[in-house]
Amino acid sequence: MSDNSVKEAEHKRNTVEETVLKHRIKVAERDGIDEAEDFDSLPSKIVVRDLDFFYGKHQALHKNNIEIKEKRVTAIIGPSGCGKSTHIRVYNRIYELYRDQRAKGEIILDGRNILSASEDLIQLRKKVGMIFQKPTPFPMTVFDNVAYGLKLHHMMSRRELADRVEHALKGAALWDEVKDYLNKSGLALSGGQQQRLCIARAIAVEPEVILMDEPASALDPVATSKIEELMSSLREEYTIVLVTHNMQQAARVSDYTAFFYEGYIIEFGPTKRLFTKPEKKQTEDYITGRFG
Amino acid sequence: MRTKSLTARRLLDLFIRTLAFASSIIGIIFLIWILWDVALRGFSAMDWNFFTRRTGPFTIEETGMANGIVGTLYITVLATLLGVPIGLLAGIYLSEFGRTHPLSTSVRFFSNILMGTPSILIGVFVYAIIVVPLWGFSGIAGGVALAIIMLPVVARTTEDILALVPNELRESALALGSPAWKMIVQIVFRAARSGLITGVLLAIARVSGETAPLLFTAFNNSHFTYFDTGGPLQYVYDLRQPTANLTVTIFNYAMSPYERWKEQAWAGSLLITGAILFISIIARIFFSGGRTRRV
Amino acid sequence: MEKSTGKARTNIPDLIFRGITIICAVGIVVIMLAIGIELFRNSLPSIREFGWRFLIDKSWNPVTGEFGAASSIYGTLVSTLIAMIIAVPMGLIIALFLTELSHPIVARIVGSAIELLAAIPSIIYGMWGLFILVPIMQSKVEPWLQNTFGDIPLFGVLFHGPPMGIGMLTAGIILALMILPFITAVTRDVLDMVPPVLKEAGHGFGATMWEVTRLVSMPYGIRGIVGAMFLGLGRAIGETMAVTFVIGNSHTISPSLFESGNSIASAIALEFGEAINDPIFKAVLIELGLILFVITFIFQILAQLWIARLKKHERS
Repeated sequence: MSDNSVKEAEHKRNTVEETVLKHRIKVAERDGIDEAEDFDSLPSKIVVRDLDFFYGKHQALHKNNIEIKEKRVTAIIGPSGCGKSTHIRVYNRIYELYRDQRAKGEIILDGRNILSASEDLIQLRKKVGMIFQKPTPFPMTVFDNVAYGLKLHHMMSRRELADRVEHALKGAALWDEVKDYLNKSGLALSGGQQQRLCIARAIAVEPEVILMDEPASALDPVATSKIEELMSSLREEYTIVLVTHNMQQAARVSDYTAFFYEGYIIEFGPTKRLFTKPEKKQTEDYITGRFG
Repeated sequence: MRTKSLTARRLLDLFIRTLAFASSIIGIIFLIWILWDVALRGFSAMDWNFFTRRTGPFTIEETGMANGIVGTLYITVLATLLGVPIGLLAGIYLSEFGRTHPLSTSVRFFSNILMGTPSILIGVFVYAIIVVPLWGFSGIAGGVALAIIMLPVVARTTEDILALVPNELRESALALGSPAWKMIVQIVFRAARSGLITGVLLAIARVSGETAPLLFTAFNNSHFTYFDTGGPLQYVYDLRQPTANLTVTIFNYAMSPYERWKEQAWAGSLLITGAILFISIIARIFFSGGRTRRV
Repeated sequence: MEKSTGKARTNIPDLIFRGITIICAVGIVVIMLAIGIELFRNSLPSIREFGWRFLIDKSWNPVTGEFGAASSIYGTLVSTLIAMIIAVPMGLIIALFLTELSHPIVARIVGSAIELLAAIPSIIYGMWGLFILVPIMQSKVEPWLQNTFGDIPLFGVLFHGPPMGIGMLTAGIILALMILPFITAVTRDVLDMVPPVLKEAGHGFGATMWEVTRLVSMPYGIRGIVGAMFLGLGRAIGETMAVTFVIGNSHTISPSLFESGNSIASAIALEFGEAINDPIFKAVLIELGLILFVITFIFQILAQLWIARLKKHERS
């Protein structure tokens, strides 16, 4: 490798270490817990066993095994095309929209295998919400966007609906910006606002898990940091699984990180450890920027 | 080896360019010429009688095409009520459910063939299955014939428009726990609304100008065919009878030897052409920048 | 723990909705087949009566009950051929103008004009043809053609006979006007899809615009252009109103373009009224319709297959 790229890799590594250090301090401050959080004693919200996934004949995920801890942020990182998005899209079975995509294996959510035939998809998706890479506001008013999910699952008075919508918008840190414009079209908001609208929409139905597929990658840095702040506050009520190609983001925001490569989970563990003392060489190579 | 003369090549190029320019001019000339004639002759024959009086002998001044106008409206509305919902639902199947399924491929294939089937044959078909066994010549038969013509057009247009809606929108609705039908009707449809309206309007415009399929279905009638039962129904057309309509009347009048009728045929032509162009232009403005399906 | 099967329970409303859409979609196929079946069923009396020679029989006498499809088939094919000869090159060259030669604003205007032409109902073309084109053909165009080409051996026979205005040539011209917008629009779409890099490479060699078109764009888009031709042809063959007004409704076959004739569609349109009460006559007309249906069906299938091959070719 040339001199320059070595320097770059070094620089990247230092930035990551710095970030992790800061994060470590933050976590310790917040929870007052020991650095080495006892992994096994924490309850697992989702347990994935031997998950395979296929696009037609092509196998995209190989024997994925992972445990997503409750009320923690788990980040999934890896180079593009490694299966990160594919993986979390199995959690809410959104892939069922496409005929030639199939999953094999088990995903246990609250003691039940959600990949079974008798699983009620509607209830599953109420429990497991999803935020997409591109903000996808529905072609309706801000209010109706947030109310959409609520009206699907509940019958409620206008009063109650308005309260729940306000609550959700506050939870997504969007209320102050839109409270006078609830009847404006959702499409009229800025990119960052649209994404927070999608988050409000998702949390309005009171899910237990929130899947985030690169939620900030289409946004400018200011909007991105707002979303990251939001993730920190959301962690208190929801289990969050975050897919990101931005390692610094993963280091900043998550408690646990899984490193994916070509459909395999190469390494999984507490974020601080994975970023400072990765066990596998591949992980280290990726983190220090040698590829991907 | 002989090098081709550059001058010769340039001359050929110039020749082609001139030809292209000239052809385009000719095309536009014909368009303007046709519209001009229709407008000129149509306007001069349009009077109050034309819009208010029913068709009658050419010797009587107080005749017009009012029954034809009303009839065409009724028949077109009937065709729309039959053809649009079925076409929409078929299009939804193709775009949302069937997609790459072999059944969809066959449906698309036959849809295209149906679209290319001469409209007079569709008229003959409806003659055989509705006119003969049911009420004889009737407005209903005419409406059915036009609906059959609309059906594949609406279906394919719907499929095309819905296919433009990004999948993320569908996934977002499903991810909130929406059942598929709600996702389609409440989200996908709304996102595609303006394109769908354009497609439907254009289909309506197209069928309202059809003559051949009405020749042996709705036939024609020199009277207004309202229900004669009194009560509120007397303001509604009884479509079980042969129903006057604009296009067949124009046809009959134009082929007749009578000057007055021929003039009125022009007026009718102006009316129908104006209406169709109006609807088409409105529809396109609604959905500017969209691509309309040709095949 | 329940086993994973990869499929999930579908709720009832979705099942019902999906079922309804399938019924509607299948309905289109059913209607298509029903049309074919009904046309066949209702032509049986005529098929039984005349058999295969119906196709080549030139006679047509409702009074004595002698019928033959030959003149109608001839008229359909000839008028369509004339229309294609005029409309295809013209459409191509206008499309060329729109894509290569014109200022974008002009292209938009002319393009919109073409779309408007396509929206005009066929009866208008028929009327305009009858009242405006026919007199011109009769008094100016046909005499000129006759004087200029009438004496050429073989070729001149096309222009013999009294110039009536009404006839095969006029029908062909009106048909050409009708399918011109369509062919232009589709060809233009095809030419628009030629990647600019290819054209630039051509120009880079010092080729003239026409050469680039002939050597680069057209070969690239040839399949699409042929597809457009197929579809235009399909439309021309079945066109009724535009042709009915000006073709003359006589069941004759003549080499002269000035002679009147009939097409299948015009025969049905003009004579069905008379035939309503005559079972054989009616069956004859419906058999004509069946023949038209078969011709159109075959052309549509060929066009569909061609387009399908085109799309596969594009993807590879």
